[in-house]
Amino acid sequence: MEKLIVPNPKRLRKYSIFTLVTFLILGSAWFAGFNIIEVIANLFKGGRLLGRMFFPPDFSYIPRIIEPMLETIQMALVGTFIGALVALPTAVLAANNFIKTKWLHVPLRLILNIFRTIPAMVMASLFVAIFGLGAFSGVVALAIFTFGLISKLTFESIEAIDYGQVEALMSLGANKMNILRYAIMPQILPQYTSYTIYGLEVNIRAAAVLGWVGAGGIGQTLEYNLAWRQFDKVGTIIIFSFIIVLVIDLVSAAIRKRLV
Amino acid sequence: MIKFVNISKTYPNGVEALKNINLEIYEGEFVAIIGLSGAGKSTLLRLINKLIESTGGEVFFDGESVTKATGKALINIRRQIGMIFQGFNIVKRMSVLSNVLSGRVAYHPTWKTILGLFPEADKQIAYRALKRVDILEKVHNRASNLSGGQQQRVAIARALAQEPKMMLADEPVASLDPITTVQVMDYLKKINEEDGITTIANLHHVDLAWKYATRVVGVREGKIVYDVQMDDMKKVTFYNDLEKVYGRPIQHDEILGDE
Repeated sequence: MEKLIVPNPKRLRKYSIFTLVTFLILGSAWFAGFNIIEVIANLFKGGRLLGRMFFPPDFSYIPRIIEPMLETIQMALVGTFIGALVALPTAVLAANNFIKTKWLHVPLRLILNIFRTIPAMVMASLFVAIFGLGAFSGVVALAIFTFGLISKLTFESIEAIDYGQVEALMSLGANKMNILRYAIMPQILPQYTSYTIYGLEVNIRAAAVLGWVGAGGIGQTLEYNLAWRQFDKVGTIIIFSFIIVLVIDLVSAAIRKRLV
Repeated sequence: MIKFVNISKTYPNGVEALKNINLEIYEGEFVAIIGLSGAGKSTLLRLINKLIESTGGEVFFDGESVTKATGKALINIRRQIGMIFQGFNIVKRMSVLSNVLSGRVAYHPTWKTILGLFPEADKQIAYRALKRVDILEKVHNRASNLSGGQQQRVAIARALAQEPKMMLADEPVASLDPITTVQVMDYLKKINEEDGITTIANLHHVDLAWKYATRVVGVREGKIVYDVQMDDMKKVTFYNDLEKVYGRPIQHDEILGDE
């Protein structure tokens, strides 16, 4: 029987992409000065450090970190709340199926993308320079970051709604505000709530390190103890933060699963 | 009641959906519009309440130009015209009552409707509308928990809550099974006869058109090719006529069959 030869034009592409990615990773490692020998050599030093942190951690320090931990959570809560609140109307304006004039949603989206791309850390250091040290700068940074994140996710949800419900409201004489209230909001509210809770989850993690640049919270305590080489206290902070973040992640995931 | 004068519609992609349509619909009629999919039935219906704008000609509702109406004038026309759809298009995440009350939004100031403040009289209108289509017991259910036929009845109730002069139905039974199809068509017919609400329905099944309509309009390639009163129409004559509309004999799937 004749042997059938069916060339697959995609195969060459697959191999070239694989080779390219391998080169990129190796190249980056070389460029960044990554050295496996150094990693192994320092493993022992790292182990000793971990020993000083966790064997045993200084649990008597816990009462002293409750307040900064609460401050961290408060920062995240306030930042998320403000960001999410401003995000909702912005998302409506940014969606291309509610207001159809391009001159509004195109620049708006550009701004949102910029806000979302700047890491909260970078924004926080900027605001520390403007507003000075403390939690306020952290809250502003988190609010802006959350605003960018939730606006983007929400306007994409608005664009994906069932347009038939909008058409039905139009047909019975509803104006824009009524269409928003009766056709769009009911469809996106569960997603929006879910994004807000997700924002809180992300912000708790972000808020925990914002202290590094002086923007308040547990991060500031962490940095202080590291500077004074009080590693047993550092260990306590890490364990404590880990538990808090874990609990909030689990609760948040459980709520979001029920919503959508 | 409705008058199309030299109406044409060309979509931005170049498709000529309607070509120079002249048509008058009279008060109290039950008009079925039939034709192949893509013939322009949906476009024709949506021009009546300006969900789609024509590219030529003018549509009149009760002597008033729909084509030229904007803002408040357009809202005033639209609230007098109920519309139901193939996909029901009720808001699934709201209660049945909120859905029916949303049919009243064009009668009140926006700040009140946004806050959901409807007067007791409106609630009575909503309850009566739901009772009309025998679904009052579901009034506090979430719309998403209803079956397709029930959702379409809620959609009819929402349209009735508008206290409309006219009802547009765009393939109202195309996503329903044969039994609920007959139910929904019966409600539309009842409302048409008892309240004198002029009804225009796009229908896929020709036997439904024969059974329910007082007048049948056939659309083919954007033109009206058939327009008859159904008073003493014989089914056989009607089916033979329809070859003009479809350009071929009626096919099996275009007949719903007897229940």
